[in-house]
Amino acid sequence: MSQTITIDPVTRLEGHGKITLKTDDNGAVQEAFFTVTQVRGFEKFCEGRPFYEMPSLMARICGICPVSHLVASAKACEAIMSVEIPHTAAQLRRMLNLAQMVQSHSLSFFYLSSPDLLLGMDADPAVRHLFGVVEAKPELGRGGVRLRRFGQHIIELLGNKRIHPGWVIPGGVTEPLTTAKRDEILAMIPEAYANVKYALNWYKQIVPNFKDEIESFANFPSLFLGLVNEDDSIEFTDGALRLIDAEGNIVKDGIHAAQFEDNFGEAVEPYSFVKFPYYKPLGYPEGSYRVGPLARLNIAKTMGTPLADEELIEFKKLSKGPVLGSFHYHYARLVDILYGIEMIERILTDPLILDKHVRATAGVNRQEGFGVAEAPRGTLMHHYKVDDKGLMLYANLIIATGQNNNAMNRGVLQTAQKYINGKKLEQGMLNRVEAVIRTFDPCLSCSTHAFGQMPLSIELLAPDGSRLDEIHR
Amino acid sequence: MSAAVDVKTLIIDGQDVSGRAGQTILEVARENNIPIPTLCHLDGLSDVGACRLCLVEIKGVNKLLPACVAAVDEGMEVTTNSEKLQKYRRTILELLFAERNHICAVCVANGHCELQSVAQTQGLTHVRLPYRTPVLPVDPSHERFVADHNRCILCSRCVRVCAEVEGAHVWDVMGRGIDSIVITDLNEPWGSSSCTRCGKCVQVCPTGALFDKSKVGTEHPKYPDFLMNLNVMREAK
Repeated sequence: MSQTITIDPVTRLEGHGKITLKTDDNGAVQEAFFTVTQVRGFEKFCEGRPFYEMPSLMARICGICPVSHLVASAKACEAIMSVEIPHTAAQLRRMLNLAQMVQSHSLSFFYLSSPDLLLGMDADPAVRHLFGVVEAKPELGRGGVRLRRFGQHIIELLGNKRIHPGWVIPGGVTEPLTTAKRDEILAMIPEAYANVKYALNWYKQIVPNFKDEIESFANFPSLFLGLVNEDDSIEFTDGALRLIDAEGNIVKDGIHAAQFEDNFGEAVEPYSFVKFPYYKPLGYPEGSYRVGPLARLNIAKTMGTPLADEELIEFKKLSKGPVLGSFHYHYARLVDILYGIEMIERILTDPLILDKHVRATAGVNRQEGFGVAEAPRGTLMHHYKVDDKGLMLYANLIIATGQNNNAMNRGVLQTAQKYINGKKLEQGMLNRVEAVIRTFDPCLSCSTHAFGQMPLSIELLAPDGSRLDEIHR
Repeated sequence: MSAAVDVKTLIIDGQDVSGRAGQTILEVARENNIPIPTLCHLDGLSDVGACRLCLVEIKGVNKLLPACVAAVDEGMEVTTNSEKLQKYRRTILELLFAERNHICAVCVANGHCELQSVAQTQGLTHVRLPYRTPVLPVDPSHERFVADHNRCILCSRCVRVCAEVEGAHVWDVMGRGIDSIVITDLNEPWGSSSCTRCGKCVQVCPTGALFDKSKVGTEHPKYPDFLMNLNVMREAK
């Protein structure tokens, strides 16, 4: 008899999600849906507000990656103001964005995914969490916590607040960096290097244990999208977008923020509040693509920093063309962190970094603006329209997690088909289905611009839709 | 020899104090470091007793009186802080928060807002009333300032400073009761009103209702103290 398995809620994710698996009469999984069950309405309730409130308002979407929203939003506002911000402000923001990437990736890798990687996918859920990691391998757990603190503390030093700093504003930032703060950040860097190098070495030792998962965790050809600089190096804050195909050929290059919506559309599926962005010329779902650490490393030809470049060479050896297995998001995330630390160090040696001129001012000079930045999980786009006085008429946000939505759904199906036999549900099987989602580090609150509880749940449905089995966390 | 000063002696919160005839309870209390919360009162402006936060109990008087307009009298016994008064004050604040859209987290005045500070000092932790979430206009027509009526508590400081100190009387209050709203001129957009662009109303506004366009994020401290200095310089007082 066929049935539907529902995992609700899915655990160790940022936001609330649900997985539904439908099996045939033999218990083989036929269909899989990753459902995000909330809606928040940020795009709607910002209407009527002055546009320059948008960075602080939109950042409230998420407490984990508010900085990405601050940056993308401020850039969209600056497009409306038609200003180029001072060099120092741009560099300070770049550092803030990298610090947030380091802390968010640390959260994803160490807090959410390392329990699966260290203790095994089949480990007892009672110990399969960060505290279990700290007990089994204290250096790893502590290193993760310290790396997260490194990122968060830089955000606090720059913006006076760890979460939702009001420091990033349209036109730049509110106050310059002080010598004391710069020196405090520089002093934290050696430990951060040590922690990420330890994690990279450890990860390379354990990754051979996950051959099966690597093969089945959302491992398929797809397009990849991310920001790059003109010299083909990785970029998080400026640069232009590049889309490549599964063979590594450039499909479209030099896509600027304002061209985003010309190139990418959003499809809607009835089972989720998260939309499904796609590359318009290929249509939906063929034009679906992946974003985030894996996509960035596949697209960039160089990281632009020496230590991360060594890792990139090693990463690129995983495959002849782009690396297609989503399990490798974990690896890419660690390389991102290493790059982030190197780049923060480099930015702090910029002779102009302590300059006091950190803000450009202007009124409404255009009635439409786009801003793009790389959030930890991938490309983030804010699009605003305002009236001639600067009051918001329209907002559209395209979030990294949404852009990975199709890949996550395909990944859930692929993994479920390999591991789940609908006749008997076991924790380890279900955990793998969740773990494939975790590789993408989705932020469900951002993607729905939604709020809700943390966890995820699996439901097993009969062909007539009746519920046969269910596992809640 | 100068005329004798008419001194009134009274008791505030059990403390023997004295003030000149015509002084308000609020003035005498503050001279003696006895705190009474206020929102519509501002040193340097006339008092209107609008916010009712400074209500005090007076022995022998069966209703609560606003300390900002009640004059001291001989033998008065005033209580500025009782359980009853705290309850009234918190309820007044709850009504203010429920009436319009006060979203501190994204407000330009966050951390510099008198409404926020008073709510904190009065121990307001929850608003028990349903929020009305009215749809109110934001007027960005002025080249330098913005009026966001969502954050206005109708204290009328802007009206008084514009009329009494600047002498322009651009601001006034339109409508009655819950429909009241501050307006510029005869409900013209602020940008095309007879505003002199002095910015006094922005500095005296206790919340983020009137703010400087160049201030964004949460970086908008206000400096209403300029009023007293201005009055001294003009020898108005």
